Amino acid sequence: MNNLIGSDADSQRTLYPYVTGTSVVGIKYKDGILLAADMGGSYGSTLRYKTVERMKSVGKHSIIGASGEISDFQEIMRYLDELILYDNMWDDGNSFGPKEVHNYLTRVMYNRRNKFNPLWNSLVLGGVKNGQKYLGTVNMIGVHYEDNHVATGFGNHLSRPILRDEWHENLTFEEGVKLLEKCMRVLLYRDRSAVNKLQIAKITEEGVTISQPYSLKTFWNFAAFQNPTVGAEGSW
Amino acid sequence: MDAISGDLNAPHSMGTTIIGVTYDGGVVLGADSRTSTGMYVANRASDKITQLTDNVYICRSGSAADSQIVSDYVRYYLHQHTIQLGQPATVKVAANLVRLIAYNNKNMLQTGLIVGGWDKYEGGKIYGIPLGGTILELPFTIGGSGSSYLYGFFDQVWKEGMTQDEAEKLVVKAVSLAIARDGASGGVVRTVTINKDGATRKFYPGESLPLWHEELEAKDSLLDILSAASPEPMVS
Repeated sequence: MNNLIGSDADSQRTLYPYVTGTSVVGIKYKDGILLAADMGGSYGSTLRYKTVERMKSVGKHSIIGASGEISDFQEIMRYLDELILYDNMWDDGNSFGPKEVHNYLTRVMYNRRNKFNPLWNSLVLGGVKNGQKYLGTVNMIGVHYEDNHVATGFGNHLSRPILRDEWHENLTFEEGVKLLEKCMRVLLYRDRSAVNKLQIAKITEEGVTISQPYSLKTFWNFAAFQNPTVGAEGSW
Repeated sequence: MDAISGDLNAPHSMGTTIIGVTYDGGVVLGADSRTSTGMYVANRASDKITQLTDNVYICRSGSAADSQIVSDYVRYYLHQHTIQLGQPATVKVAANLVRLIAYNNKNMLQTGLIVGGWDKYEGGKIYGIPLGGTILELPFTIGGSGSSYLYGFFDQVWKEGMTQDEAEKLVVKAVSLAIARDGASGGVVRTVTINKDGATRKFYPGESLPLWHEELEAKDSLLDILSAASPEPMVS
């Protein structure tokens, strides 16, 4: 069956992505981790799918957020579900925390890169276990690190500068959400592949919550926007 | 057409218009009937809505060869699965088999597919499986090169919980609009409606479709027009 469903030859070269998700942004806060991502699945320059869930819970202690090729993210979720299942089968009272899941993902991503057949994603992995907060990222070439705030794609260029200025230890939930929304709003203004429908995910010692989809208000009422060529008629 | 360009912003356009829509009680699948080889229309009356089981059908777009072979493999697996299960396969299983083949052979296949059907557990369901092998369960989805012209149309007219008649009319209107503007789509409109009572095929030849902008009513000959009108000189 395996031979018919997938062939060994000819999968040994770099692919290109088709249906892609854009930025994911994550921050540590007082009680745990907050992740934000919009629900867009772009197909080249077309904003084709607008209700794609790009954040999923992993086991009891972690959340994963993915950007890049959605089919590869779906495959990664299959690997992770299997990982957690086998972990549960030990029935030893121990369960994989975010550090373990992040490490597993790093190995998978790097090994695929070495075979010139990457999973075309940038992932954010966050969680809390035994009071310890964890937030890390890993991408298609295997680069991985942890930090107090992480982002993928455009988020690195637009959101992280905001976070470097305004993130601090012990943000409340409300402050964290407002900060993430500030980041997501900038991405909405400046990332062509952003869509105005997003979710915010929270993970604490108690567990995972992923919000319902919602949209952000935007502001366009600058005088310079309303009359861009005043004082310079004929310009743009 | 450079297939290996890897340009992120230009996924391959695929000759065809295909649509899958859920309604209150089942699904309606629709497609055009044009198969082209370059600029030549190889088949002007193809059937792009292919049966996988009694209760599950698939709309095929992109490479005719690829979509046909994927359908054949899935039909083969589903046949065995049905025997082993002892009851009709669910739409979800059919869609996931399609995904498996599409994902594991993503380097070689160029086909976008829509799987639709009805089963007793979930009722009517539509699954979109674009290039790359992403699987998305959706209330409706469109595919093929002709679908570019339908995003705005569906954004405006789509609503949940349509009747069977509303859904069929919507699908026929949409395929017909796409045919009007997409050179790679044409011929007749075919639909398959699937619900608890089974699957029903319908056929809409060009004359039964409404006329759009700059389209004229078809006549047998100029001579009929001339004789019908009062004696007017021919316009010079």
